[in-house]
Amino acid sequence: MSVNPSALLTATGIGKRFGGVQALTDVSFSIARGEIYGLIGPNGAGKTSLFNVLTGIYSPDSGNFTFDGAPLDRLKPNEVAERGIARTFQNIRLFQNLSALENVMIGRHVRTHAGVFGAIFRDRQTLTEEAAIEARSYELLDYVGVANRANHLAKHLAYGDQRRLEIARALATDPKLLALDEPAAGMNATETKALKALLDDIRRDGTTILLIEHDMKLVMSICDRVLVLDYGKKIAEGSAAEVQSDPKVIAAYLGGEVTLNLRRA
Amino acid sequence: MKAPRAKSIPPKVWVGVALLALALTLLPFVAAFAGQAWVRILNFAMLYIMLALGLNIVVGFAGLLDLGYIAFYAVGAYVYALLASPHLGIHLPFWVILPLSAGIACAFGVLLGAPTLKLRGDYLAIVTLGFGEIIRIFLNNLNAPINITNGPQGVNLIDPFRIGSFSFARPEVVLGVAFSGPQKYYYLLLLITIGVIVVNLRLQNSRLGRAWEAIREDEIAAKAMGINTRNVKLLAFAMGASFGGIAGAVFSATQQFVSPESFGLFESIIVLAMVVLGGMGNISGVILGAILLTLLPEVLRYTMEPLQNALFGRVILDAETIRLLVFGVALVAIMLFRPAGIWPSAVRKRELEVKGGAA
Repeated sequence: MSVNPSALLTATGIGKRFGGVQALTDVSFSIARGEIYGLIGPNGAGKTSLFNVLTGIYSPDSGNFTFDGAPLDRLKPNEVAERGIARTFQNIRLFQNLSALENVMIGRHVRTHAGVFGAIFRDRQTLTEEAAIEARSYELLDYVGVANRANHLAKHLAYGDQRRLEIARALATDPKLLALDEPAAGMNATETKALKALLDDIRRDGTTILLIEHDMKLVMSICDRVLVLDYGKKIAEGSAAEVQSDPKVIAAYLGGEVTLNLRRA
Repeated sequence: MKAPRAKSIPPKVWVGVALLALALTLLPFVAAFAGQAWVRILNFAMLYIMLALGLNIVVGFAGLLDLGYIAFYAVGAYVYALLASPHLGIHLPFWVILPLSAGIACAFGVLLGAPTLKLRGDYLAIVTLGFGEIIRIFLNNLNAPINITNGPQGVNLIDPFRIGSFSFARPEVVLGVAFSGPQKYYYLLLLITIGVIVVNLRLQNSRLGRAWEAIREDEIAAKAMGINTRNVKLLAFAMGASFGGIAGAVFSATQQFVSPESFGLFESIIVLAMVVLGGMGNISGVILGAILLTLLPEVLRYTMEPLQNALFGRVILDAETIRLLVFGVALVAIMLFRPAGIWPSAVRKRELEVKGGAA
């Protein structure tokens, strides 16, 4: 597969095995700048494994990623974040005993520089940087809509707010690609609607989004293109409309030839 | 562009600080009424505050369980002992050795940190425990073939802290006020302890302090947010060890004698107890823990025998036994009723300054 120069992320032949389980087999795709790219599939299809391989938590057994024009080989998670990929987690992983604001401030770590001497002597540069971190973090809390909870411990936030806070923390790293692992899981209809508006805003403000989601209504209404995984293999890729009428996708989800009316789901 | 300024401090706070300063200045003279021993105990309390704050960086902030922390105290103490005593015939001044002690302890911190980066919890505890013992055993045995540490006899006649010919080891009358040796050291220790506290407060509220806390809370999430966990953990070990080294050097200068006996596993555990009991991760709590755990055994030492005499007319259990017993019960009780420590850390509230013009 040739690397498309306009693509932000290109994956070529990604494979990953855990013991006897082939979690990913020869998965290739590419994400264009500015799009919202959906990643769906039944439970255990390998979606989160793909996220973990992409963000450096696991290294792939085969294949490689090209991100923003350069390979993403064998980088550690923190190096991947530095290159501009930020993620959230399926089971929320906030810094529970720190305030919401501090969570976002930690996201600024990778774009700031103060070290031990700055911390101890508090020179002008460190103070300026610290104020900028704080201001930007407030801005992001406001952006995702949890600014009124800035000084509350992350673990005391409502579930939906925790999901939003995780997005704010990821955005604090100034990502080019924001990878969201089931952001709508556990949200009610109102919260999901607000999430959709937030994702639209994020895209409009120039960040590309890779979205794992089980809420098909959300996926179909927001994603430009969708990749479907089943048993670690890519079974379909295309626009939401194309994918939902693909017999292989329907079979994967429902195990047979059934008409799937995703619009009503 | 203007650098942001700290918010103005209300006068009430200044009055409080002034009163505290006055109390701390007069404290050694009040303690002297009960005997010079109590002034020494105060000095030890401050040494333990430094140690506990250093360990708090590793355990409280970064969440890395370290059971061999006393090794860095030992390194600092021996660096001072060897560079300012007749043992090797070197006599460097205190202010030259202090940064050296911190630096060498810091290097040992990295030495311990580097191979243990992937370990957490119990596994890390075992390795650090071993490290602490290795250092102590080395100090005990490095008297042959070349006599470096003088083995179990320890190093004696260590230079006291002095400014010119004004030695801190002997009593003196200054401006009509009589100062004993421990009272003079009290002020030196107070100065260094305040410095250590300020540095700790600043570290906690910094980019680096937040990175430590992120690792404690969730290492994988911290990595995914771009924190180089390897470097940041090493830095936690290094900074914690430096404070241990500083405390060690001051200990050497105060006692003028060091031996490997002072740096056993029990000391590591006591310092860890101070951190956990006071309130892990909260600087005020850790200071309180250090003060309480230094004073409590001493208070019990002086009160248990008179108490028994008053109650039963004779001494049933000798002071030493009952002291440890009460101490142990107190520790268990605190852990049962206040599992997060006596003074646990609270949410650090931040108020965004309203900025006019340039931020």
